Amino acid sequence: MAKHSGRGIASINYPIGMNLGGDPSQALVHSNPSGKFTVALSSIDLGQGMKSVTRQICAETLGVPVEDVYVDTADSDTGPHCMGSFASRGTHRVGNAVMAAAKEARGVMMEAAAEELEVNAADLETDGRGNIHVKGAPHRSISTKDVAIAAQFKQGKTISGRGIFLVPLSDVDPETGEMSPATCYAHACLVAEVEVDDETGEVSMVRMDSAYELGRALNPRLVEQQLVGGAWMGISHTLYETPEPYYPDPKHGPRDFVEYLMPGPGDICPHDIAVLERPAADGPFGAKGPGEMCANPVLPAVANAIFNAVGVRIDDLPITPEKVLRAIKAQGGARPQARR
Amino acid sequence: MLELRKDVFADERDDNLKEIGKGTQRQDMLGHVTGTSTYFDDHKLQGMLHLKVVRSTHSHARLRRIDTSEAERSPGVRRIIRGADVPRNLNTLLSLINFGKDDEPSLAVDKVRYKGEPIVAIVADSPRDAYEAMAKVRIDYEPLPAVFDVEDALKPGAPVVNEVYPKNTFTYYETYDHQKLRFGDADRGLASADHVLEQRYQMSPIEHAPTETNGSIAAPDTNGRYVVYTSTQALFFSLDTCAKILDVPSNTFHFIGGTVGGGFGGKVDTLTEPLCILGAMLTGRPVRYQLGREEEMQYGPPRGAERIYIKDGVMRDGRVVARKIRAYFDSGAYTRLSSYAAVKCAAHLPGPYTIPDVYGDIYCVFTNRTPATAMRGFGVTAMDFAIECQMDKLSHLVGMDPMEFRILNAYRDGDMKAHRREAKNTALIECVQVAAEKAKWPIREEFKRMSSRKDGGGSRAAVPPTPREPHKQPVTASQQRITYDRAPAATREPPPPTPTPPPPSPPAPSHGATRFSSVFGTRRR
Repeated sequence: MAKHSGRGIASINYPIGMNLGGDPSQALVHSNPSGKFTVALSSIDLGQGMKSVTRQICAETLGVPVEDVYVDTADSDTGPHCMGSFASRGTHRVGNAVMAAAKEARGVMMEAAAEELEVNAADLETDGRGNIHVKGAPHRSISTKDVAIAAQFKQGKTISGRGIFLVPLSDVDPETGEMSPATCYAHACLVAEVEVDDETGEVSMVRMDSAYELGRALNPRLVEQQLVGGAWMGISHTLYETPEPYYPDPKHGPRDFVEYLMPGPGDICPHDIAVLERPAADGPFGAKGPGEMCANPVLPAVANAIFNAVGVRIDDLPITPEKVLRAIKAQGGARPQARR
Repeated sequence: MLELRKDVFADERDDNLKEIGKGTQRQDMLGHVTGTSTYFDDHKLQGMLHLKVVRSTHSHARLRRIDTSEAERSPGVRRIIRGADVPRNLNTLLSLINFGKDDEPSLAVDKVRYKGEPIVAIVADSPRDAYEAMAKVRIDYEPLPAVFDVEDALKPGAPVVNEVYPKNTFTYYETYDHQKLRFGDADRGLASADHVLEQRYQMSPIEHAPTETNGSIAAPDTNGRYVVYTSTQALFFSLDTCAKILDVPSNTFHFIGGTVGGGFGGKVDTLTEPLCILGAMLTGRPVRYQLGREEEMQYGPPRGAERIYIKDGVMRDGRVVARKIRAYFDSGAYTRLSSYAAVKCAAHLPGPYTIPDVYGDIYCVFTNRTPATAMRGFGVTAMDFAIECQMDKLSHLVGMDPMEFRILNAYRDGDMKAHRREAKNTALIECVQVAAEKAKWPIREEFKRMSSRKDGGGSRAAVPPTPREPHKQPVTASQQRITYDRAPAATREPPPPTPTPPPPSPPAPSHGATRFSSVFGTRRR
């Protein structure tokens, strides 16, 4: 009786946005008289950071500090239509809509600034700190606040913009499945190291190393939150979770978190992540979306690591100690594979 | 720990941005860490009533009689809602995008199709009053045989779960009981392979387990409108679904959401809003309806189970030459979103690899269990589990390192994917290389030098000759008529007279996908 360690890998890709497209999102951006901007959306922040990512996209596009932008979400009276927060579409679809709206608003802002500075708008640039100045002549400058005041009370202009992003709906050929499902894909590869107890069938996580390619990490801390949390959801899916433990027999379903198994703090392991950025041609600043795909490589990587450790293949999820132990017994004991 | 590998694909990016790429603290952080962010349930309104539903205790049963007379007299009960009170008591979520047929009632009328299906809603002064009244509802069930296994459900003589789909499968393009993917000749590919490996994979359902369970609060507003605070993941999706079910113009509603205590796909189904608003309409008072933990876990929709069969052909040198997949999505008793995920799953085949011959049949199957819905990685998570376990077995079979095996088979820029679009912006090889480096997993030099940007396209860009299967005629309209809660239409219209056989249709051009409805999917009826 012993504990055996093993390593397994999996590599995956994941489509960004609703399958086949046809899922628009809209955004409205406008400035108040002090040059502070509001982004109005009907999109939902599920805790993944939609508000923060769209805020950064808006600030970058306008050329103002992020503190000067506030994102207001999820009100059907004030926010224009959005298909919803699902299908890894938030960053890509909503981000693009916000970018388009911010571009239009920036156009008005630069025109208004040009009128105040008595120059051509094409000769102006933003410094990202709340000022607009003539290229190569930073002293000929005006603050975005003064531009907003002038635009509103003197010039009669609205510094605002509308944006929509739509990937046109694709047909599907019923005979071959020919279709355009998505415009870009995120990628990942994950190595899982486990320890399997051949007496109890229990699997413990030792560590994970991974590489995720996401187009552009718009906010690396939010990306880290998604990838770390998502990988743990993957572990939980692999080793613990189901509301139907005897599927397809529906009996004995758990009713609360005492009966529904999930990993606790003591079951977590180090996870070392590398983020690669290959910008998507139609992503906002190249971004794709990390939200959904992060759990996917974990399930097979752990299953493959279990095989490497004890030589059994468990092809039914979740991989419970009972299944592992039965498989080890069926093959007459653990058969560790070549150490990787 | 997270490291940004700026060295990879550096020539494809401008890294001189001011706000993008910074780990700026989230806008709503202060509210979250101080417990002041507003969730739907923080709107405690004056005179608010509480709604609870009586759920089926059977997986499949005819409803002989529903007696609510005692419950109506129960203290604190303001209103009992039955199926007949719901203006349009039949809906399917994706009718908003014209996909699929209305197949699910808000409240069951003649039949229940899964254990936990809502039958009666009770609106009362307090949750306790509602629970007390629930115990007084008398329902006379006539149990029917139930089916729980996806493959059993497809057998002749299996109990019909949902009369809208009498064969227990979703109907694709008004013709097929599954979504097809055909690319090349997989049978020929398998015949020419050095090894063939066929395996079965199974994923059980999985619960989203959000901290905040599904719920909403609806209240009469001024000028005949209703304000709705909701935990939805898709504000307008839920709003438009409610407008349809309650048969009112969409601007009757002011939906407010935004801060959600975990979604993961489990808050797209608009589970609570329609009855909640109807409760407010019928009582003139604010109404709150939130699922309890047991309801969320057992009767709220889970990630659906999937059963997957993969048959692969591989050469001794490690090239996968053919992949044939048959998968069954367990949709539960109603469609919700599984039908759409099956299409996404077909598009995902054969995984991020370039395989010359690929064949896929994806079924969306109805069984007598809680309807399944979207969850993080929808349509892909289970398939990735199956494909990547299979890739590991294949590498083992040919005696190749699993990392190198994946790099060898990885798709590259310019390759033709099985759904017949060119692969662009690929990065699987680089992910494997960087993961190997991080894990100190040795791979050979030639595999370290391979790139997603090199050696793709060319002969790999071609659509291979694909055998055409006999084209199946669309099923006659009589089979498609909605017969909700009635016996299926007794007589089937005779088939139309056989017309003069048309000349064999020329092979469809590669880019001329058949347009099969004004939008797509099966036409709504």
